[in-house]
Amino acid sequence: MTTQTPTATKSIMSRLPLNWLGVAPFAVFVTLFLFLPTMNIVIGAFQNPAGEFTLANIQGLNTPSIISAYWISIKISLASAILGCLVGFSVAAAVTLGGLPRWIRSPLLTFSGVASNFAGVPLAFAFLATLGPIGLVTVFLRTQIGIDLRSLGFNLLSFWGLTVTYLFFQIPLMILIITPALDGLKREWREAASILGATGFQYWRLVAFPILFPSLLGTLALLFANSFGAVATAIALTGSSLNIVPILLFAQIRGDVLGDPHLGYALAFGMIVVTGIANTIYIWLRARSERWLK
Amino acid sequence: MNRFWAWLALAGGIAYFVLPLLGMTEFSLKMRRGVYSFDAYAKVLADPKFQETFTYSVVMALVTILFGVLLVVPTAYWVRLKLPRLRPYIEFITLLPLVIPAIVIVFGYIRLYNTSSWLPLTGSVTGTNALLMFGYATLSLPYMYRAVDTGLRTIDVSTLTEAAQSLGAGWITILARVILPNVLVAVLSGAFVTLAIVLGEFTMAALLNRPAFGPYMQLLGANRAYEPAALAVIAFAITWGCMALIQIVSRFAPKAPVNPH
Repeated sequence: MTTQTPTATKSIMSRLPLNWLGVAPFAVFVTLFLFLPTMNIVIGAFQNPAGEFTLANIQGLNTPSIISAYWISIKISLASAILGCLVGFSVAAAVTLGGLPRWIRSPLLTFSGVASNFAGVPLAFAFLATLGPIGLVTVFLRTQIGIDLRSLGFNLLSFWGLTVTYLFFQIPLMILIITPALDGLKREWREAASILGATGFQYWRLVAFPILFPSLLGTLALLFANSFGAVATAIALTGSSLNIVPILLFAQIRGDVLGDPHLGYALAFGMIVVTGIANTIYIWLRARSERWLK
Repeated sequence: MNRFWAWLALAGGIAYFVLPLLGMTEFSLKMRRGVYSFDAYAKVLADPKFQETFTYSVVMALVTILFGVLLVVPTAYWVRLKLPRLRPYIEFITLLPLVIPAIVIVFGYIRLYNTSSWLPLTGSVTGTNALLMFGYATLSLPYMYRAVDTGLRTIDVSTLTEAAQSLGAGWITILARVILPNVLVAVLSGAFVTLAIVLGEFTMAALLNRPAFGPYMQLLGANRAYEPAALAVIAFAITWGCMALIQIVSRFAPKAPVNPH
């Protein structure tokens, strides 16, 4: 029992910033398990073993094998993001605007929700069982049709193999994000355009595409970051045979393969920079696209 | 003509998605030469390592969900009630785990909480488990926060709070008996996403050296032929199950009120 009256308590409450105490657990959690660990890596990237400031680690990234790891990673991420956007857009457009029956929509979106979450190790197994050396499609093409994928130069443990595999979670993510945007295209815009004499192509080029452009480009950036940070699928698929950044960093954390811990921090810092840029583009463009598609 | 292309796009999409699922299912049944059998599944399910790692990951998922709910529900509630201008910032922070790759976050953990640091979590098994749980909670934060925040949008938080307060309820009672039941559907859908994430997670568990399901799958994949396909089918079924449960519970979600603004 306190002797203070409720009003007295209340006036103290309003003077002290007690409201902020409510978010204190959350603040402590994200500080300890999100900010500090990330900052630690960023700072470590600019320190030498003695703890002094240096740019040597960042310069140390400039070796042929690390540069090529970044380059292959960026190429795979870009290819899977662009293809994911194109295919996902086609499927979403087919369902929303292409005059397909309405009942297709709901199962498609549910399936996209599942498939976009079906990443990592099992996804790699699924593709090994399908396009691997004795996979379903490989064997079918070789024995029934006489096309030998291997002799055509296709290898699952390669640039294209990884890209095709990543598409399994990229396309559904695109469908999930772009379907609402396509729904936001108002019928009136199309009617207005055709009353003014626009052809279908002109409507797309001059009306729909400019409106969708920010969401398209924004989603592209999101898909890029999504595949750039994917570790599990790549490791389960290729072991360590493909030189891409996440695999290199994984090996570095496991056993310091670069022979310099601080170079590892710089490698991780580079990943943050790349995904950070991609996501900044996404957030910025998303804010722009929401203006039209409210 | 337009419709023809629409069907073609859909058919191409379906082929691309069905073939790998068909491939893994067919492959998982081929362990016995010449006939289809469930041998690979029997082998996997009987493997004590499978049972151990799967149980470990399920327990970790449940603890992560519990922690996530205790962290996210009060925070999202408090922000909506008292600090609405903080909302965009909190939302931005909760999206950061999608921006910073998991491998970088866990790298930071290893550096920050190693045996010679101020909080030597990796020094003991319990500590490492706790660290992994916090890592999982971080990974699921974007989904959990979004789900709960969307759930809170559909109820009138301040009126409910005032009503409960005028009946003499304290903060814990309000949260546990008024707010939580109202956003239960949202919490459940966040929980199922968390379950799917934790069960399949590989990077954090592997780098923290914990015997979780993800690293087990990877190890099996590197050493066996047919069992991995069976595991992939099981994992897909689990993901599908989690998503189906989300769909089912969200049928019971209250609809958002007509926005008065």
